[in-house]
Amino acid sequence: MPAPRLACGSAKLANLAPMSAMINRYQPAVSIFPLGDSAITAELGGDADEELNSKALAMQDWLIARRFPGILDIIVAYHSVSVFYDPVRVRQERPDCRQGAFACVRDCLEEAWREARPAFVPERGTIRVPVCYGGEFGPDLEAVAEDKGASAEDCVGWHVGRTYRVFMVGFLPGFPYLGVVDERLRVPRKEKPSPVRAGSVGLAGKQTGIYPVDSPGGWRIIGRTPWKLFDRGADMPIRLKTGDRVEFFPISPEEFAAEVARLAGLPRVAGQSPP
Amino acid sequence: MSFSIIKAGLLDTIQDPGRPGYGNWGIGPGGAMDRYAAEVGNLLVGNGKQEAVIEIHFPGPQILFEQNTLIAITGADFSPTVNDQGIPRWQPVVIRKNTILHFPAHVQGARCYISVHGGFCMQKWLNSFSTNLKAAAGGWHGRALKKGDELPFAENTIYFAGLLREDRDFETLPWRVNIEKLYRHPHEIGFVPGHEWKHLSPLSQTRFLQENFLIHPSSDRMGYQLKGAPLDIEGAGEQVSSAVSCGTVQLLPNRQLIVLMADHQTTGGYPRVAHVISAHLPKLAQLRPSDCVKFRMMDMATAEDLLAAQHKELHILQRACLDHLNELVC
Repeated sequence: MPAPRLACGSAKLANLAPMSAMINRYQPAVSIFPLGDSAITAELGGDADEELNSKALAMQDWLIARRFPGILDIIVAYHSVSVFYDPVRVRQERPDCRQGAFACVRDCLEEAWREARPAFVPERGTIRVPVCYGGEFGPDLEAVAEDKGASAEDCVGWHVGRTYRVFMVGFLPGFPYLGVVDERLRVPRKEKPSPVRAGSVGLAGKQTGIYPVDSPGGWRIIGRTPWKLFDRGADMPIRLKTGDRVEFFPISPEEFAAEVARLAGLPRVAGQSPP
Repeated sequence: MSFSIIKAGLLDTIQDPGRPGYGNWGIGPGGAMDRYAAEVGNLLVGNGKQEAVIEIHFPGPQILFEQNTLIAITGADFSPTVNDQGIPRWQPVVIRKNTILHFPAHVQGARCYISVHGGFCMQKWLNSFSTNLKAAAGGWHGRALKKGDELPFAENTIYFAGLLREDRDFETLPWRVNIEKLYRHPHEIGFVPGHEWKHLSPLSQTRFLQENFLIHPSSDRMGYQLKGAPLDIEGAGEQVSSAVSCGTVQLLPNRQLIVLMADHQTTGGYPRVAHVISAHLPKLAQLRPSDCVKFRMMDMATAEDLLAAQHKELHILQRACLDHLNELVC
């Protein structure tokens, strides 16, 4: 697999120009830049698609395997990976890195970009999430349908009709950004955020997501899952992780209530598996 | 050993240096807004830097000490008193039991820290004591302190009673820290350019560098909204979301700026025009609504050097404080 080389010695600039001419499926262009004096982002060129997201995850795994003291966190988003570090600690740990902590961590990211291969990311099974659509569970479903000149049933059909990928988790603890939404179902965010219940399933452009906790939010709410996406007491407090595959299936209000009751009765298990 | 909250303040939370490492779960680092003040408070009373402290805002709480306690008050000046007698800040103070700590007047700054010798006894959540209000986890039951809370702290190893004179409610210990350098020029905030800095129009770059920006009243632990000359950016739209950091300065669609602070979201999509340097985040954390900010561009090496210098000072302070405490006890 031929990979375009990045001339490391000449990479004095924080921003490597995106090499759009060199984009190929296996080695996307990269732009590596500081996110302040304690973090660096590597943004992969091109549209934020599954392959770029896989590449970012592979870079993360590569970096975790070579993590050294002073590296505080690694965050994957749609098409980027960011490394958070303690510059003082990095300088102490890597005295060979005379050009400072930034240069040292940047070199790691460049190497991750060259070396990490998405093929090493294992495929995970699809997680099927129950959702009760419309009514009090999805107060914006009717408006979305009207907006789209379709019926509520059509909209639900489009929403459950495909497999999504978790492109990142952010905004709230355990909030998954899922894509890509059916073109017929794409709606803008609300003008003003309003209170949203935990479990609410929302739409915003190409994305759909699930609110893990009660929060103000601007996404259009079309349904709600009885699942708890964030459980602060569990060893693994979040249910859906970046790279997971997710499908939705419709349930009735009665099934919703039954599932809530069933989950409430379950002993708390770390990283509980879907029913 | 404990003390109890007899009146809650505006927002009193347990904090520590923060909870890095869980960004992929959507859980931000949080932690003390003014980490320097929180760490110094701990060092003054002989703790490690990572111990839990209480971060308070004005109006502050009223606290009843149920035991002789060695504490330090650092950060903002809310004119702390013990049984109505003023006590110094940035200095360790032994407090007699059954006295009340109170913060009657705001003098300067936004956030004040209370540290106790031995640290507070509470459970960590994801390796940190800091309170995450969004997740309702960490700190004291995942929430702000309220009336009636009794906060336990570790058994003290120093016999403070011997340091208290008969007729006094508190005794100041004879070491303090010089904070002038850190909080000098409080409004001048250093930054390194963000990825989208180059897309600001030349006029906007000039404005960013030369004008004052006012901190809006809606500012909080999540972020500081700034009010100032409107700025323009080429290809203005929102980008694909990616990670953001504490101190990231974003340009919002209303052409105004926001500085992300300790409780920021883990990801965001607005243009990142600048990042406040870590060494100046404590200063910024002490600015309040209607204070102004003036940005000063710095290079990465300077930003790292300033932080390293701070770190070194704290290291020296830690050793000095431990020496002093040992002398007192022996």
